[in-house]
Amino acid sequence: MKADPKGVLTGDHFLDGDHACAEGALAAGCRFFGGYPITPSTEVAEKFAQRCPQVGAIFIQMEDELGSLASVIGAVWSGRKAMTVTSGPGFSLMMEHIGLAVMTETPLVLVNVQRGGPSTGLPTLTGQADMMQARWGSHGDYEIIALSPNSPQEAFDYTIKAFNLSERYRVPVLLMMDECVGHMTEKVVIPPADQIVLQPRKYYKGKKKDYLPFKPDKDLVPPMVKTGDGYRFHVTGLTHDFRGYPVMSAQCQEENVHRLVDKIRSNADDIVEYEEDQIEGADVVVVAYGITSRVALRAVDLARAEGIKVGVLRLVVVWPFPETYIRRLAQKVKALVMPEINYGQVVLELDRCACGRAEVVLVPHGGGWVHDPEDILHAIRQAATGERAGEGIVEYPRKKRGQE
Amino acid sequence: MSAPNVAEKPPPKAVEPPHPMESLLRMERIPHIWCPTCGIGTTVTAFASALEKLQWDLDKVCVVSGIGCTGRVAGYMRLDSFHTTHGRAIAYATGVKLGNPRLKVVVFSGDGDLIAIGGNHFIHAARRNMDMTVICVNNFIYAMTGGQCAPTTPPTGYATTSPYGNFERPFNIPHLAESCGAVYVARWTALHVRRLTTSIMEALQKPGFSVVEVITPCANYWGRINRLGTGLDLMKFYHEHSVIRHGADTRTLDIEFQKDIVVGKFIDRERPTFLEAYNQRLSQILGEKFVPYEGD
Repeated sequence: MKADPKGVLTGDHFLDGDHACAEGALAAGCRFFGGYPITPSTEVAEKFAQRCPQVGAIFIQMEDELGSLASVIGAVWSGRKAMTVTSGPGFSLMMEHIGLAVMTETPLVLVNVQRGGPSTGLPTLTGQADMMQARWGSHGDYEIIALSPNSPQEAFDYTIKAFNLSERYRVPVLLMMDECVGHMTEKVVIPPADQIVLQPRKYYKGKKKDYLPFKPDKDLVPPMVKTGDGYRFHVTGLTHDFRGYPVMSAQCQEENVHRLVDKIRSNADDIVEYEEDQIEGADVVVVAYGITSRVALRAVDLARAEGIKVGVLRLVVVWPFPETYIRRLAQKVKALVMPEINYGQVVLELDRCACGRAEVVLVPHGGGWVHDPEDILHAIRQAATGERAGEGIVEYPRKKRGQE
Repeated sequence: MSAPNVAEKPPPKAVEPPHPMESLLRMERIPHIWCPTCGIGTTVTAFASALEKLQWDLDKVCVVSGIGCTGRVAGYMRLDSFHTTHGRAIAYATGVKLGNPRLKVVVFSGDGDLIAIGGNHFIHAARRNMDMTVICVNNFIYAMTGGQCAPTTPPTGYATTSPYGNFERPFNIPHLAESCGAVYVARWTALHVRRLTTSIMEALQKPGFSVVEVITPCANYWGRINRLGTGLDLMKFYHEHSVIRHGADTRTLDIEFQKDIVVGKFIDRERPTFLEAYNQRLSQILGEKFVPYEGD
């Protein structure tokens, strides 16, 4: 399915990541936006407010983030593609409805332009410390998809990809940007509408009387219907059977949770996306995502100039984690170095998958700014020997203030 | 209440006539979870009667509920229906309505869900005049969780979380709705079935944010904890203490513990709905650049 030209601003632009994200959503056919302003994501909402009335879409500024994501879910069941955007504190408020969207298998996109936390933290400065919240933040068991763009162009491209994945698997997809990507301005090329491929929503095509809203197809994903079409369907956040009716039993719970988890896990190979550079023959591989994957490149260049064999693995899809790939990679290299703007989140998965076969090095950062490439370089140098494989996560802290 | 009359031998099995509301109820889900003498069923009947009388295309009517006893209504109506999260029914319904503006969206939930945890969504949907009908079942208490204090519990009334009697001022729902911008506001008790049905019909036909508050008996919690007797006693109380006063100043509608309850239709006024205001403003400012939102 090709994009509707009405929402596609084809051409070369000079955009920041937030605005590029909004354009990506409109290009992907998003026609409902319910949101609440919060720094540093507000520009996405502002762009929607400006563009929606010109492309036949609806923008509504809701009263809070709880209402924002609730309205998005409602709009999706009325047949729209819909999204919302937020940052740390609002992301916390949205956890409730991530759970509802997972449970009711509602395709939508939620953008988190990450800032420093905890709590109000650093509203205007960057962070990557919501990554585990993205994975586990809502109560109960589930699998989710999270992408991490590292440029305005990718904010555009991966917003479209986020919509496609959400429609394919009927799951909320999180676009985990960060303040740097949201606010940096670069060239963004928006292709013609006929070059933008969209995943259409899987609608039920059988007889109306036979429709069971939560009976999955072979791919574990049930086809959808929408309000007003005469199916008289029921959707609940309670554990439910194929009819969508609540069933309070361990057996029904098992079937529900198993499928919700399995539809992502069994398709992880199709969902996972990463970029590799000079992995073959590398002693050390730097694993990074988001803005940090760009900062790390400077450190990698410096290390290579020193003769260290360094590869780069850049995670585009962070959740599900590329588990199989990392298990194999850990057998081939001496060390895996992960800089991230937090005190160790995605690195926990890296360490789990490395199984002690390679040294796992964390270069943490509390947030507010990106890493000093020198810190990452320092970690690469130390890690090059791989002597500390199996010792758990080795942390190379940043230089403390006053030591420089 | 005397013990149930147990017959010595079971009566002969009669062929049960179809339930008069069968076309509107998910009969496969009956029996429902509500207690005997609960007023939610009466309210559902009034709603179903209103829909039958209106003879609308029921495929275009959608019910959204939150969490709680009344939150279960969505699950029993044979309509497109959503059982959402606690307090968020109105926000969810906002998305449903804007996603498909041709729908008639009804939010059917309880006082705790709509006025406590969902209070923010209630006041903002009223302010925007979002086109939906809110049927708020008010039983003065959190019943699903076993009888806790609500923002509607009349002062001195007891609940498990106000074991010494409530001392907080409760919300006066009609006054709240009016002051926030609702275009239609009525209140009835579960005893006033005919008048309640008429009010629900009027509310459904009214473009904009309409609110019907229904005072309902909760014998198992409100009645038991406050020693007010059976469900029948609560209904008798409504019979003796309801005062119909159409057009009453909503500031006078506070409900005091075991005092008269003023009921009636209080507000029926005109204001542009959210979508009317949206289309009007944007076509005025954007002119030909404005692409109206059409839905399906």
